[in-house]
Amino acid sequence: MSEEQNLVSEADIQAWADGRLAEGRRAEVEDWLAARPEEAERAAAYRALNEQLRAQYDPVLVEPVPERLEGAVLRRPRWRAAAAIAGWLVLGAALGGITGWQLHAQRAAAPLAQADTPLLAHRAALAHATYAPEVRHPVEVGADQEQHLVAWLSKRLGAEVRAPRLEAEGMTLVGGRLLPRDPGPVAQFMYQSAPGRRVTLYVRTEAPDQRETAFRFSREGNVQVFYWIDRKFGYALSSADLDRDELLRLANVVYRQLNP
Amino acid sequence: MSDVPSLIALIPRLRRYARALVGERAAADDLVQDTLERAWSKLHLYRHGTDLRAWLFTVMHNVHVNQVRAARPTSPLDDEMPELAQRAVQGDALLVRDLERALAVLPAAQREVLLLVALEDLSYDETARTLGIPIGTVMSRLARAREKVRILMHGKGGSKLQVVK
Repeated sequence: MSEEQNLVSEADIQAWADGRLAEGRRAEVEDWLAARPEEAERAAAYRALNEQLRAQYDPVLVEPVPERLEGAVLRRPRWRAAAAIAGWLVLGAALGGITGWQLHAQRAAAPLAQADTPLLAHRAALAHATYAPEVRHPVEVGADQEQHLVAWLSKRLGAEVRAPRLEAEGMTLVGGRLLPRDPGPVAQFMYQSAPGRRVTLYVRTEAPDQRETAFRFSREGNVQVFYWIDRKFGYALSSADLDRDELLRLANVVYRQLNP
Repeated sequence: MSDVPSLIALIPRLRRYARALVGERAAADDLVQDTLERAWSKLHLYRHGTDLRAWLFTVMHNVHVNQVRAARPTSPLDDEMPELAQRAVQGDALLVRDLERALAVLPAAQREVLLLVALEDLSYDETARTLGIPIGTVMSRLARAREKVRILMHGKGGSKLQVVK
């Protein structure tokens, strides 16, 4: 019996409790336990403890995640993927996080002013407000000449720009136009949904040393803007027709398409 | 980039583990937040293709160890150190029917192993790598943790404890 006892170690009992023994070994250990009620009771208690732990703590998995934890992600502008993360958050909580971030940013407005990003949102919102209501000439070059449009804007911006495809989001490309900006030109793509709701994507080139930022939110009058900087480009997605969470979702799609 | 969705998706897992490890909700979420912030700053150390969850548990382990050490320099982090709280409970022959309280009595080093294995379902090998300890230590801490919880919750095996210890 003592020889047999040596064959079943404490590690075997632990592994049995965790259900991690291979089939053959499990049968051996169970035979061994069957002959030792006290050990069997102990092993059963260990196994039951696993279930108790799950029962006690599994409910945490479905608790709403506090904003501050998602904020720990959203506040990390140096990590370029941070912008993409927003789309994976529970939307309501994400919006709360961004609002908090934005309030924080406003409070720290003076030191941030040099970054020129609020200007990006401001100009994008103005450009949206200027052209989105246009019925006859919302764009300079229509989506029917998309290749030409993209090539033309890329040439004028001096960098390869792309028009994201948003059909899956119910938004089709209307076309684009070139906007004047000091020192360089800016591209604006316009999208429209079947009910006639419009979104514009404002794209400008950034100084080569620009760092990436997370999504930021701004509101100018009735135009809402999500904007971010990703390496060579500054982007701003604006709409007066979409609500904020729709716009955020769209901003994530745009971000992912531009960063495959 | 492809890790991003899994990072976010893992927050509830981190919270569950932290809640069991720390007990109190706000303190547990503090630990998760510190872990996330540290993980972002150390992301370059993460090796792609390896288990992101285990890596985050490693980060959390390090953050937790530092916090506990900072808060209580003499805290029994390691099972080689004196376990004052545990002794007091034994001395009073107190039955802890509440699982949360039983866990709180365990030394942190044993609690971590028990939770990574039993709650988070990490393999023994993964647990060893996550905590940076030999697998033999994982097995011995696991055995000690379980036996202590069993005694605390059922009041049995008083003599057995010495054997297991």
